[in-house]
This record gives sequence, C-alpha cells and structure tokens, in this order.
Amino acid sequence: MANQRVKFTFPAALVPQPIIYNLGQRFNLVTNIRRADVREEMGWVILELEGDDQEIRQGVAWVKSVGVRVDPISGDVIEG
Amino acid sequence: MAPFVTCLRCRECAREYPVEPLNVCDFCFGPLETAYDYEAIARATSRRRIANGPLTIWRYRDLLPVDAENAIDIHAGFTPLIKANNLGRVLGLDNLYLKNDSVNPSFSFKDRVVSVAATKALEFGFDTLSCASTGNLACAVGAHAARAGMRSVVFMPADLEAGKIIGAAIYGSTLVAVQGGYDEVNRLCSEIADSYRWAFVNINMRPFYAEGSKTLGLEVAEQLGWRFPDHAIVPVASGALLSKIWKGFNEMVSVGLMEGPVPTRMHAAQARGCSPVVDAFNAGEEMVMPVRPNSVAKSLAIGNPADGIYAIRAMTSSGGGAHGVHEEEVAQGMKLLAETEGIFTETAGGVVISALKGLTERGAIGRDELTVAYITGNGLKTQEVVGDVVHPLAIRPNMREFEEALHGLSPSAR
Ligand SMILES: Cc1ncc(COP(=O)(O)O)c(C=O)c1O
Ligand SMILES: [Zn+2]
Repeated sequence: MANQRVKFTFPAALVPQPIIYNLGQRFNLVTNIRRADVREEMGWVILELEGDDQEIRQGVAWVKSVGVRVDPISGDVIEG
Repeated sequence: MAPFVTCLRCRECAREYPVEPLNVCDFCFGPLETAYDYEAIARATSRRRIANGPLTIWRYRDLLPVDAENAIDIHAGFTPLIKANNLGRVLGLDNLYLKNDSVNPSFSFKDRVVSVAATKALEFGFDTLSCASTGNLACAVGAHAARAGMRSVVFMPADLEAGKIIGAAIYGSTLVAVQGGYDEVNRLCSEIADSYRWAFVNINMRPFYAEGSKTLGLEVAEQLGWRFPDHAIVPVASGALLSKIWKGFNEMVSVGLMEGPVPTRMHAAQARGCSPVVDAFNAGEEMVMPVRPNSVAKSLAIGNPADGIYAIRAMTSSGGGAHGVHEEEVAQGMKLLAETEGIFTETAGGVVISALKGLTERGAIGRDELTVAYITGNGLKTQEVVGDVVHPLAIRPNMREFEEALHGLSPSAR
C-alpha cells in the first residue's frame, strides 16, 4: 500500500464530471478529500490517494489524460 | 532556540504543531506558518535596539524564527534604499524609491530567506541544504551552505541562463540539471524531499525560510525613517515575498514599532508569459489557475504559486493592484532602470520597472505618493536578455577613426 497527496485543478468543462469517483472505482483507490474549492468556472481539490503504488501511478496518469491538472499539494516546489 | 516562536500554525485551519521541520498540516494539507508571541516581542524590541543591531537582516532577529546567535550570516540584507529622481522624472513620480536588493551576497533577495533557512537547518541538525530553483535560490543555497559547512544539492531545469548555473556551481554545490520541463523538476523534487533527510529550504524548511522575506518590509520602513510607503511594487513568483512584506509591515504594528493601520498598497508585478497571480487578481478571483510558464523572466516563471492566494489576499486587503507586463517590456524595464539610475537588474527587476510604469499610467499611483519598487535580482545573471545593447565603435587605434566614429553617432549618444 502507498499513498500520495495531490492537488487536482479542473477546467470548467470537467467540473460537473465524477472524475474522483471514477478514479477510485477504476483504479481501486481510496480517495480522501481534505480541502476543495469548486465553482462553475473551475475547481481544485486537495486529496490523498491510497492504494497500490502502480495503480496510484496509473490513476494519476488517467486523471491527467482526461484534462485535469495534477500538482503537488503545496504548489510548485521549484522557485525563482 | 528562537525565544519568541510559539508553534507552527496551519494557515487554513489554524491547527498548531510543534516547531519541527514540517510544512504541511496533516489534517487539511494546508501550509504551516511560524507563530510568535507578539506581546513578548513588544516588550523586548525597540527602534533603538534594532538601530544598534548589525547591518544585515539579523538586526530584525526579534521577528525571525531562529536563534540569531548562531546565524549563518554572509551579510544578507541592509541593502540600499535609493531615491530615484531620474526614473521618477521619466515616469511622473516625485517620491519614488528603489530598494536595491540586487547587491546581496549572491546577488538576489533570496539570501534573506536562505540565511534564515540555513540557520534553522543547522539548528535541526541537517547536514544537507537543498532546493529546486530557476537560479537565484540555487545561488543563495550554495553560498549559505558553503558558509555553514553543509553539503548542498540544487536541482535546476537544464535550460537556464549561464550566469545562474555558474553562480550556483561556484560554491561547490552538487548541481543536478534535470531534463524536461518544470513539471518534471517539481515531481522529482517532491519525491526526493520525501525520501531523503535533507533540509529543502522551500519544502520542509518553508515555514522558517519564508519569514526571511519579511525583512524586506521591515528594512524599507526603517530606512524611510520609520515610515511606511504608500505603495510597494513587488515581483511575484511563488507569492511569498509579497505576502511576507505585507506581514512584516503589519508585525511592526503588532509589536509597537509603528502605528497602524498599515497604509501601504501592495502591487504585484509579473510578466505575461507567466502571470497567474496578476490574472487571478485582475479577474477578481482569489483562486489562482495554474499556468504553463513561458517567459523570459525565468526567476518569476512559477506556474503554480504556493503562496499565490496569500499574495492576492495581501493585495486585496491593502487596496493594492497588479500589473502584467508584455514580454518585450521586460528588457525595456531593465534598460530604463540602468540608463536612469545606474542599476543593472535582472529580468525580475525589468518586470517591476515596467509594471511600475504601467501602474502609474493607469493612475494607480499618484505623483506625490511615496512609492517603493523592489529590485530583487542582479542583471549580471541574465545578460542574455539585453545583449542587443552592445554595439561598440570598432576602430583602429588612431584619432581620425575615433572622431569619424564619434561623429557617426546620433547626437544624443555623442
Ligand atoms: C529576483 C527574484 N525576485 C522575485 C522573486 C519572487 O519571489 P517569491 O517566489 O517569493 O514570490 C524571485 C524568486 O522567486 C526572484 O528570484
Ligand atoms: Zn490545517
């Protein structure tokens, strides 16, 4: 078992879709939401993913492939 | 020991944590910040005590979260605050000042934050100082690690300006040039930070590190003769600098060094190739939409700013503003500053000068208002951007050729 903390940012078109639900179902992950701000024009969700290491990786890749931006929870680690 | 720090506190849910190398709240995953006992500081500190302190950021030790007696000190801070009459004349500002932080030991304001982070890292017993950086931060980490006798490992995207790569490597840092975009550097460094017991200045040291930026607020108020400016123009990448200058001003009131409320309007400067904070603010949003950076101002090219929301809150509560400059205005701003005031700044400073111009033209800054523009990095690090200023008069060594060449110049340049 592994876990990963991530921030998903959704563009307007994806806000109504059950992406986090599907992520949990398709990749057998426990999705544990800690903070979120979701509006009509965009939304972000900070959550923890728990499950098999491989499946977390595949799940995150799938989320990206449908158009969600995936980032570390504390914003960019790289700085000026 | 830092006598006045009480705990780390979550900026989102206010849960408290012990003073340890932590940066994220376990409960809500929000960022942690150092909390102080302001009443105790108020009893201990005074203008006189500060004025008698060293000519570095360590004169503000009472408001820094580390034991200043063991500071890793290469003289960061107490940089010049200059009245800019020439530039002011060009822009139509009678009361313009420049905070010239490009003359810090490793040539950017990052020496302030890293001096604090390195001090804390040694206090915690770390032997390796690390960061992921587009340049300036890596230089500051290398320099302070050298002074502290620590090892340093700095991660950089492979495509940076030569001045910044050499400026970091010279200190003996292990330099890791990561191929690929910022996304890859981000992902890799998050993973490394999780698996190695190193002090990553802007990850596990972040609550302490970021406090160093407050000194750019404290110092300006002191140098103005214990006065707050009406406007501050600040370059924004992660947003920490802007929000901490604001915090510094407000803490001066909290500890009785100044009377409140703080009148300063905080303005953000970014280049359009990466302006998520400016765009969110100008759209009336607090939520910062991450972007893919593509800007000549590499030191400000952070697409998903960690403290973007806190910068926006500071801008909003101070009645400030935001200006995104066109990419070609970056070099124009650098040249304008150099030609009028004799200060050679890097791209971030070019962004600030052009944003100052834009804000003034928009009427956001009044002619008589006391305005401070923060110049945070040195031009020698980003020479590539202004290479077109060089067109020497090439002559053979005789008077006739010299005079011919001189007469060939336009009247203003003669
Ligand atoms: C020269 C310069 N100015 C300003 C900034 C912005 O600082 P912050 O990331 O705290 O917003 C940076 C780096 O990030 C920088 O290198
Ligand atoms: Zn919290």
